[in-house]
Amino acid sequence: MAVKKQTFEQAMGRLEEIVNKLEQGDCDLDQSLKLFEEGAKLAAQCEEQLDKAEQKVNLLLENGDEVPFEAGED
Amino acid sequence: MSLNLSNLPTYTVTQVNEYVKELMDDDLLLQSILVRGELSNYKRYPSGHHYFSLKDESGVLRCVMFRGEAIHLRFRPENGMRVVAFGHISVFPRDGAYQLYCADLLPDGRGALDEAFERLRVRLEAEGLFDEAHKTPLPEYPHKIALVTSPAGAAVRDMIRILGARWPLTEVLVVPVRVQGDGAAEEIAAAIYGLNNRADIDLIITGRGGGSMEDLWAFNEEVVARAIYVSNIPVISAVGHEPDVTIADYAADLRASTPSNAAELAVPDRAEQGERLADLKYRLCMSIRDRLEDARRQLDRLKGSRVLRSMAAPIQERRMLCDSLRRRLAAALAGQMKDRRAALAKCAAGLDALSPLKVLGRGYAIARKGSVVVSSVGQTEQGDRLDVAVSDGVIQCEVKDKEERSWR
Repeated sequence: MAVKKQTFEQAMGRLEEIVNKLEQGDCDLDQSLKLFEEGAKLAAQCEEQLDKAEQKVNLLLENGDEVPFEAGED
Repeated sequence: MSLNLSNLPTYTVTQVNEYVKELMDDDLLLQSILVRGELSNYKRYPSGHHYFSLKDESGVLRCVMFRGEAIHLRFRPENGMRVVAFGHISVFPRDGAYQLYCADLLPDGRGALDEAFERLRVRLEAEGLFDEAHKTPLPEYPHKIALVTSPAGAAVRDMIRILGARWPLTEVLVVPVRVQGDGAAEEIAAAIYGLNNRADIDLIITGRGGGSMEDLWAFNEEVVARAIYVSNIPVISAVGHEPDVTIADYAADLRASTPSNAAELAVPDRAEQGERLADLKYRLCMSIRDRLEDARRQLDRLKGSRVLRSMAAPIQERRMLCDSLRRRLAAALAGQMKDRRAALAKCAAGLDALSPLKVLGRGYAIARKGSVVVSSVGQTEQGDRLDVAVSDGVIQCEVKDKEERSWR
């Protein structure tokens, strides 16, 4: 099944839900396999987000524009 | 009276007051003076001017602070506070009294600052600005954090570094403000109000690095506390070092002991989240493995069960029945095919008997005039040439005579 791009928070929330459901063990086999597949995709997606994230820092100018912020040395 | 007054010149009240005023205005000391005392009889007029007295154990000095100066006050003066007033002393001719025209007013010493702080704290607390019930919970995973602080210095750098190390998924917007000096509190407040007009910020950190109580004073001002209070976006205050507590800290949704601490409180930790994810992955795999093993055990149990074995015999019988039916069907089809083939041969023989070639073989002939078969004497004239086909060739003939005759 297709897993659309979610925020880390949403993906982790759904993954936790899936694991809890599987651990309760009251889904039929077919449903369990589908949940597992979805869970595996979510886990991979979260991992990628953690690994590839790069911090973005902007400075708000007086005119409302934003420019990349470089913190100067003291 | 024995005193002869007629030799002395007489002045009007106005002249006297103006004379005294001139004397005082020429005095260098009175033109620019700091006076220490305790505030009393403090009154704020609707015009915006402030009237009060400074007193000590044995005297009182009347003071006025005009609106233009009073709006720059960085604390709320209250009766009983010890202050240092700066200004010049001159005469107010209407009352014939001299007074201090106050240009600035500062709490006197650390003790007085503490007192100003405490008075403001008590007043704002009574108003409900610090109510726990009003505090907004912080987002667990903020998408975009605004740092309302000085763009220079260690505080902003520390915050950015720690935010980036812990949770680089969160965007950071630096909103530059002055964090000390005249107007700093207003800038901080305006920045917080401004951020509330945006839709993309879900957490604000406001603060600065360490300094003296005077340096941190902007965060003890009422405008900042009110801006934090009305902010719909949660605010973390991060002022100075661990022991520094400001009015902003009380009003904030969360107080951080330092700017670095604020950054730690603001976002989740990547390492921790990685562990949580790893744990979820492990549990995901274990749970599906367990589920599959369950299913296999169930299958094995069913395969060995009596019910399944007792069903084997009827199934075998049906299979044999199927086989025999299939054989009979094949045989029946084969028989039908044989009959059909015989009938077909018979038809073919019949067709052969009707062939014109066979008729020619029995002595009949076909006469043609050109390509037209002649079947009536009327089709021919004397002298016509006819082709007569017989079983083994064609005879060319010429009509000599003709005669109609009936063969029946």
